[in-house]
Amino acid sequence: MSSLILQGVSYHYSATQVLHNLDLTVGKDEIVCLLGASGCGKTTTLKAIAGLIETNQGSIFIDGKLVSDEQSFVSPEHRNIGMMFQDYALFPHLTVADNIAFGLNKTNKEQKRARVDEMLKLVHLTGCAKRFPHQLSGGQQQRVAIARALAYKPSLLLLDEPFSNIDTQVRFELIADIRRIIKTQQVSAVFVTHSKEEAFAFSDTLAIMHRGKIAQQGSPEALFAMPKSKEVAEFLGQGIYLDAQALTATEYNTAFGVVKSQVAHTHKTKNGQLYIRPHQIELACKNCDENGQAITILSRRFIGSAYVYSVVIAEQEIEVAAQYGQSFEKNEQVIIKIKPHTVNFFES
Amino acid sequence: MKKALALCLGLVTSMPALASDVVNIYSFRQPFLIQPILDDFTKQTGIKTNVVFAKKGLIERVKREGKHSKADLVLTSNFSALIQLEDLKLTQTIKSDRINTNVPAAFRDGDGQWVALTKRVRNVYSSKERLGALPELTYEDLADPKYQGQICTRSGKHPYNLGLVASMIAHHGEENTKSWLEGVKANLARKPQGNDRAQVKAVKEGLCNLALGNSYYLGKMLEDDVQKAWAESVSINFPNQTNRGSHINVSGAVITKYAKNPKNALKLIEYMTDNKAQNVYASVNMEYPVKLGVELSSLVASWGSFKEDSLPLDEISKYRPLALKLIDEVKFDL
Amino acid sequence: MNSQFKLSKWQLFAWATGLILSAPLFFLLLESLQGDSEVFSHLWDTVLWDYILNTVLLVVGVSVLSCVIALPLGWLTAYCHFPGKKQFEWALMLPLAMPTYIIAYVYTDLLDYAGPVQIALREWFGWQSPNDYWFFDIRTLPGAIVMIALVLYPYLFLIFKTALREQSFKLVQASQLMGLSPWQSFFRVSLVLSRGAIVAALALISMETMADFATVSYFAVSTLTTAVYDTWFGYYSLTAAAKISGVMLLLLFLALMAERFSRRKQAVFERQSGVNSESLYILKGKSAWLATLFCSAILILAFIIPITVLLSYAITYFDKAWNAAFFSYAWQSLKVAAIVSVATIVLSIFVVFYQRVAKQTYPLIPGRLASTGYALPGTVLAIAVLLPLTLVENSINTALEPYNLDIGLLLTGSILTIILAYVVRFYAIAHGAIESSFVRISPSLDMASQSMGKSLGQTLRLVHLPLLRRGLLTAALLVFIECMKELPAALLLRPFNFESLATHVFQYVSDEQLELASISALFIVIVGFIPLYFINRSMEQRS
Repeated sequence: MSSLILQGVSYHYSATQVLHNLDLTVGKDEIVCLLGASGCGKTTTLKAIAGLIETNQGSIFIDGKLVSDEQSFVSPEHRNIGMMFQDYALFPHLTVADNIAFGLNKTNKEQKRARVDEMLKLVHLTGCAKRFPHQLSGGQQQRVAIARALAYKPSLLLLDEPFSNIDTQVRFELIADIRRIIKTQQVSAVFVTHSKEEAFAFSDTLAIMHRGKIAQQGSPEALFAMPKSKEVAEFLGQGIYLDAQALTATEYNTAFGVVKSQVAHTHKTKNGQLYIRPHQIELACKNCDENGQAITILSRRFIGSAYVYSVVIAEQEIEVAAQYGQSFEKNEQVIIKIKPHTVNFFES
Repeated sequence: MKKALALCLGLVTSMPALASDVVNIYSFRQPFLIQPILDDFTKQTGIKTNVVFAKKGLIERVKREGKHSKADLVLTSNFSALIQLEDLKLTQTIKSDRINTNVPAAFRDGDGQWVALTKRVRNVYSSKERLGALPELTYEDLADPKYQGQICTRSGKHPYNLGLVASMIAHHGEENTKSWLEGVKANLARKPQGNDRAQVKAVKEGLCNLALGNSYYLGKMLEDDVQKAWAESVSINFPNQTNRGSHINVSGAVITKYAKNPKNALKLIEYMTDNKAQNVYASVNMEYPVKLGVELSSLVASWGSFKEDSLPLDEISKYRPLALKLIDEVKFDL
Repeated sequence: MNSQFKLSKWQLFAWATGLILSAPLFFLLLESLQGDSEVFSHLWDTVLWDYILNTVLLVVGVSVLSCVIALPLGWLTAYCHFPGKKQFEWALMLPLAMPTYIIAYVYTDLLDYAGPVQIALREWFGWQSPNDYWFFDIRTLPGAIVMIALVLYPYLFLIFKTALREQSFKLVQASQLMGLSPWQSFFRVSLVLSRGAIVAALALISMETMADFATVSYFAVSTLTTAVYDTWFGYYSLTAAAKISGVMLLLLFLALMAERFSRRKQAVFERQSGVNSESLYILKGKSAWLATLFCSAILILAFIIPITVLLSYAITYFDKAWNAAFFSYAWQSLKVAAIVSVATIVLSIFVVFYQRVAKQTYPLIPGRLASTGYALPGTVLAIAVLLPLTLVENSINTALEPYNLDIGLLLTGSILTIILAYVVRFYAIAHGAIESSFVRISPSLDMASQSMGKSLGQTLRLVHLPLLRRGLLTAALLVFIECMKELPAALLLRPFNFESLATHVFQYVSDEQLELASISALFIVIVGFIPLYFINRSMEQRS
């Protein structure tokens, strides 16, 4: 049974349509990331799931139970979910222990204390029980936040950009920690962020959001390799578009030669564009008896391990890394080769 | 449910003790002027008095409160308020032989809606040092250019002054009174401010030589350590002795239309017109009693007898609204 | 839909509050639209424009003078070190505790022809009569401006000082590096950034100025407020008085629009790091002494002289002034002030909470409606409150007639009227203080609480209220002081045998015998200290 199902959810605020017929599924114990640019509706989706806003159309099921549709509505306090926030949202007037115990409604003092201790141990903050939030670091506060959110065993955890305010040095360490904690607690999660690095590190599945709809949902690798739309492709990484014609199921003709695909595709039309990522482009020196279209190196930048070179291909600027051992100068002419890969062909 | 509600409201409201015998008074007259009389009344009759004092707004309040008004009696400090109350139909008939005997007809309403309790004159005080006594002074003289920069008065809109202006209109008509007002304004030493006593103080200080003021203030000032000096610097003049007589105003009382204790109110008025109270008015307040035969205080007596403007107050009072308009037209206070 | 219904409970209460508290204003406006414009036209043709001019001059004068006093003071205490600074910070707030009519009377007494100052001058220079020299007359419009500004500047001082503290001093330091002198950075950086706060404080000061009755009537300055009084009680025309009130409200509306417009252009500034005490300007030598001198001068003029005079009256006239009834006056004042404080706090908590959680499109309206009473000066307020109350009372009585019951004047004849009038008038203060406290609480706290199983009501109780404690206290105390000082409405609405400290004092002031009420006056001022102390302390703690 899925932990969360959104079907055809729509929501508008004043004259703006924020969510547009949105579908989303979260499986049991799955961490799904809602990834998208600012303003695409990610936080609104979270609020809709939590019941903090009421949708205009569509249904929401949590753990198989209907919590929202056009006729009925379950208020937030009855949905048994946990939330985490960018600003931690710890209650400043309560101690760490009291914060964690806040959601434990139907238990007595003994049980509360035991559960709090349990959670503190889980997040490695035993001994901080009597402290106040302002006495903790950002990372510690976020740990308390997750302890608090999980204390009452919610069936679903919602995380709204919880790592944005964490120091970059400790961020990925915290991400790994919290992912581990969630997995041990056997709870599903919906995680919202605009950073794809965080998304890749934290989630099982990605759902790319674009203008109030889910553009594509799947594993990070699948989305990266086989984006279904240009928006998804562009969001997940830099690239350029090359006009191309499909020759066969695995070969495409472009201005830079024939590009071979490692996977067969069927095409409805033969004309379209290929989306090529930087690591799929090879630079070769012009005079090293290679044939192909020449382009000029605009500039180069040292990134520690090598140089990356700025070039213009098909009127789009892109940075390409050199192969090991290669080195080019500014204004040098080079040849572009496109390596075989699982191509992304977008038909016209 | 209604009872519970009423009980709750009762907790917040502080209702006066629903004592057996009580009379509730709305008074324009200051407490210290009437309290002695009220205390005496309670001692004599056992009827308690409750007073709300306000300089302004009581009439409006009585009107609004309508038939639930708590006021049994309204004590006014000037004549026009009495007429106003009558016009608004907020009074009831005062029927008492005793009052009729005590108070001459000129000081009772023909229809019995009000009773005057004391008389006061609108005097002009003059600086002993610089002008001396002016027994032949008239109100009309105040507009004479020879007094330029020498006159002090309180606001033209105060009921005491309004009464005077109204009487001027009654005698001279609107046009002439307007010119008179303009003349007086030109003679003012300073913008109208303060009360009657403050004008006498100004004369003492040398800021002006003539001040308009009610008669009883002189007596009250002589009793005060600080104000004594002011009073001693002026002579009291009764204007218009050479023609119609000085302008009189009165303080008075009405019984409200919806009074809950009308009998007690009547008793109080009777008391106030009786010798004892009239004596207090005379000797303590330095006012002129309405009851004939009551002795004046020695100070007041020393001012001698004087001619009163005999035009009925009823008549004068008709021009009060116009007086107010004229004051604004000449921008007297500005 | 469950949550919609729950919200209705809050919505209902908020709207009820808003409508009830604004009802007096609407009744007043209705009254002013009645026929019978004869009196009003007459005034229009004669004196009304002088009244308007005087009112505008008064408000503008007080605003300008308050700026001249309060802005430098605020800047000095926020950004500089100089001798006595710590004491001045709280002492400069003290004048707020003093009602304007008291300070007006004290100075009139001192500066009058027969007052000690002129007497001394005459002796010194051998002048004999008023024609020998010129001395300014304090009982004039400029005099009133000075008096009112001396009492109201603390509003601007406090708000400006707080605004400066909340800006980063780094901005001033950056301007230093760019070559600006302290003067220049004051004008071009601090002042500009605080524009919003300054305008808000001036709006408050303008409202208070327009509402002042006691001072201007004592100084014989004819303004729209005195005109309302005169017209109601002189011309006996409630309609004309209501129309003049309408003119006043129009002016106020324009002023408030200007305030809001200027705020619109200002970006919302997050609270940046506050002032580091080591990084302030340290004034030395001449500038230090100048600063101390300026602060001392204001403090002396606005507070020390009046309080000293009051004390001397109290001592000299103790026998005459001491009234056994003093305790009952004090009790009445305190009782009313306490009830009103609690009522306004409770109401505004619910209304502001509704603003926070409402999903409907215009959640701000109930709060704005409820705050309109602040614009009504005391005398106008009294009329305005009586109108609907009498209506309600009469309706209840009419309804009860068939049962031979009536509640008499249960409403208008009790202190309930005064309490209601004060709640209408001072609600805005509580609302403003609580609103600014509420705004500091991050919305994610609400979301966290709700997700953890707490209803809206529980969230209010368990999360918001503890965090609002300081704001609530500040609000309660601000309302408390205002109730203690308030006068005109109390005079008009009071039931039998009700005498508060303020009414008692005023009675004697208007007869130029303040000496006899000096003890009550002192008590009002002293009680006014208590809230000031707490407000100042809470401001300090915040920054």
